[in-house]
This record gives sequence, C-alpha cells and structure tokens, in this order.
Amino acid sequence: MREHGMEPLIAVERVTYGYENRPVVEDVSLAIGSGDFVLVIGPNGGGKTTLLKLILGIIAPWSGTIRYHGDSGGRLGYVPQFARFNRNFPISVFDMALSGRLDNRNYLRRYTAEDMEKTRAVLADLDLYEKRRELISDLSGGQLQRVLIARALVSDPAALFLDEPTTAMDAASRTNLLDLLAGLQEKMSIVAVTHDPTPYARSYRHIACLNTRLYYHERGELDSYTLEKVYGCPVEILGHGIPHTILAGHEEQEKRP
Amino acid sequence: MSGILSYEFMQNAVLVGIMASVICGLIGPFIVARRMVFISGGLSHAAFGGLGLAYWLGVRPLLGATAFVLASAVLIARLEEKKMSLSDLFIGILWAVGVAIGILFIHLTPGYTPDLMAFLFGNILTVPSADVAVTLLLFLATAAAVLVFYKGFVAVALDEEYARARRLPVASLKMGLMVLTALSIVTLIQAVGILLVIALLTIPVAVASELSLNFRRIILLSIGCGIVICLSGLSLSYYFELPSGAAIILVGGALLGAVKGAKRLRVPPAAPAP
Repeated sequence: MREHGMEPLIAVERVTYGYENRPVVEDVSLAIGSGDFVLVIGPNGGGKTTLLKLILGIIAPWSGTIRYHGDSGGRLGYVPQFARFNRNFPISVFDMALSGRLDNRNYLRRYTAEDMEKTRAVLADLDLYEKRRELISDLSGGQLQRVLIARALVSDPAALFLDEPTTAMDAASRTNLLDLLAGLQEKMSIVAVTHDPTPYARSYRHIACLNTRLYYHERGELDSYTLEKVYGCPVEILGHGIPHTILAGHEEQEKRP
Repeated sequence: MSGILSYEFMQNAVLVGIMASVICGLIGPFIVARRMVFISGGLSHAAFGGLGLAYWLGVRPLLGATAFVLASAVLIARLEEKKMSLSDLFIGILWAVGVAIGILFIHLTPGYTPDLMAFLFGNILTVPSADVAVTLLLFLATAAAVLVFYKGFVAVALDEEYARARRLPVASLKMGLMVLTALSIVTLIQAVGILLVIALLTIPVAVASELSLNFRRIILLSIGCGIVICLSGLSLSYYFELPSGAAIILVGGALLGAVKGAKRLRVPPAAPAP
C-alpha cells in the first residue's frame, strides 16, 4: 500500500452543474481522502445525488474539475437509490452482482473465472450466497440494498458511494448496513448521501452540507449557524435528529481508529 | 407440407419468417426492458415516409424505408442523449409526420402502387428474392451485433447510470441498440407490415416472459415462440388465403392467451393459510 501523503483520493475543485439554466451544484470543492467517511447531508433538491453523479463520472460538470488519484477514477463503487434503475429487469442476484465487474475494457469479453470467484466471495460475505439464484425483483428492500452493495464491491472499489442507503430500511437492516460500512471503511473511502444523518452518528469523519453550495466540516465542527444557512429552516431540521448527531457531545468517538 | 416448400415464394416466406423471428427474439427483450416499444412504433411508421419517397423517385421501396427508419433512429438516440423528456413527444410527432410524408408522395406518384398494401399490412408470401438477400444481410448484422455487445446492452437496459459510472460507452451502446432496432423493424415490415411490427417485437417476449424469468432464456424462448408464430401464421395464410401479417399476429395473440391460461390452470391460486 502506497502512502498517499497529502494527495486526496478524489479532489472535487470548484465544480458547477445544473439542469436547464439553473445550477443545482455551484462552485463545490471537496476532498475525499483514503479511508475517509464523508457524510453529505442537505435538503431534498439540494443537489446531493447530482454531486454523487458528478464524482462518479455519470455526468460531466459545466465547469470545474474532478481529479482522481492514480487509477481510482475507474475504481468507484456506486449504490444508487432503487428508483434509479430497472428493478423489474429479469436478472438473478448472482448476475446482478457479477455485472459490477464490467468496465470499458472487458465488456466485450466473457466473464473470467476470477470474476465468478470474486462475485461468489462477496455474496458470501454479505450473506447473499443462498439467494444467488433469486430474481432481484423478488427481494425485500434490505436484501436488494445488499445486492447493490455487492455489485459495487465486486470491482474492489477505492471508494464506495451510497445514495440514501437507509431510506427503505427497517431498524435491524439499518444496523446491519452500518456495521457493514464500518468494516468496509478499513479498505476503502465511503461517501454516503442522506437527508437523515442520525444512523451514521458513530461512523462519519467529515460532514458536508450541500444546498447548491457546499459547506465542509471536520467532525464536530458543524454548528447551527451553518445548518441554518444550508436548510433555511433550522428549527424543523434541528428537531430531526441533527443535534444528537452533529452538535457537540460526541468528541470522544473521534478517537476511534 | 413438403409440396408447398418447392415453390420459391414459399421458400422465401419461410426464410424471412425464420429470420424475422430470430431478430425479434434477439432484440425484442431489450426493447421491452428499455421501454422502447413506443419508439419502435414510431420508427416503423416513419418507414412509410421512406416508402412514399421511394415510389415517387422510382427506387426500390425497401431502400427508402431503410433510409427513413435509420435516420429516425439516429435522430431519436441523439435527442435522448441530450434530453430524456423530449423524446416521447418527438416520437409521437415522428410517427405522424412519417405517415404524412408517405401519403403525400404516394399521392404525387402517378399510377398504381401495387405493393403498398403489402408494406402496410405485410405479405410474407410475396417477398421478392432480392429483398430476401437484403434481409439476410440485415439479419446477420443484427445477430452478430447482439452477440458481440450482449453484456453492454444488458448493462444499459438494467442500470444505465451504473454502466456510465463503470465507464462503459453508454451513449454508443444506446445508439447501437437504436440502430439495431431500426434494422430489425425493416426486416419485420416485410413479414407483418408497418402497422403490425410492434406486435412481433412484443408478443414473443410476452409469451417467453410467462415461461421464464431469466433474461437469456427469455431471448431463446422468444426466438422459438417467434418461429412457431410465423410458420403457423404462414401456413394458415397459405391454406386459407388469409392476409399473412394478420394471421401471424393473431396466432401470436392466441398463443399468449393459451400460455397464460395454461399457467393459471397449472398453478392453482395459493391456498388460504391453515
């Protein structure tokens, strides 16, 4: 493992993008380090999903640049919201996870034994191996979420991006997911987008508040003034789990390795 | 049956029927998964404009149809790449404008246009040998492309954004799928006609989806189902002097009904929990 020094894994520099003529993400800069856990919070329509799509290269920015350290640009895992893909496509859990191995170099070739082996290993890790022949359309929300994570992990990503991963989950699956992410954090950077940061309280290292513009913080720095600027309606949001999660009182947890 | 196969027109019909079925089976499941059924309808009706123009210019109708369908497909793919929401509106317009251009040029063409009805409603029994050769080329190109780009097409049909994140050439793959759809439609028009192309792209997939839930198997079953439908429709058409396009589609509809019915009989409704 090479020491990256000060070089971040992914550096987003002054990126702007929008729909029609209205910017959704404006002049956003963000550095994602190796092994980082970045939480991106903000109101609906604040540009959270758009920022993920920009970093993942799904859309190209109007202006600004996104630099990837080494080969990390081709090694990004993405766990989209269910609504963003064809959930009724007739494909099995195994084939869905396996499709995560595809990239622009191998999509014309047959899958290799290594592709199969890696997929089996990841499915086993995520307790999905027994379900490998089931159709993705038959899975529960929590199971489908894990299949999407498996698809992202089979490519050995340098960073994992999750879009509102806890939305469709009950409390038990949510706890499982957060345990899983805590384990993955040793191997890769994690960026999670959410409108409800409560479940991540123990895990995140940096928090970014995005409402077209982005306010970036070390853990523990976020104050109610910034939240007010981001959300525009502080009272309601502050009553929604934020104080417990972000405001002072959790300093001791920063010492976690 | 062996007797009728000694006629050249019958050999051509069987050959076109089989090629049309394989193409439907290969491309239909992608069209259904990507919700391109309406696009296919628009493309096949755009062919009518090309036919009209070809009659007016005095060139081979199949060439005119191919040119119009291909140009429309490229246009739709480019519009879609730029802006998703426009294309639905645009396809509706393309559909009607294609037909209008056809009507206009046919009106301007002096004399009788003998095989116009065959193009509208399909007559697989009158496909000329030269068109069979063109169909064979289209068929080989389509089959080869689907086999080579299979994984890429599946990735785009399943989750386009993920394919982009993995740096797959999504725009080219979508354009490729659109062009293949266009080429398939040209082939199918000869078998069942402009008005009925949509049925041949959807009915075999619907039957296959009743029988399997695996995409690859759906493709194979669609091909088989298409061949059964085309050849039975063709026989009915020959023996009872029925219009071939209508015979093929109605056999398909009946087969879909039969498969759904048989499934319902075989799988009784879940018993109430004890």
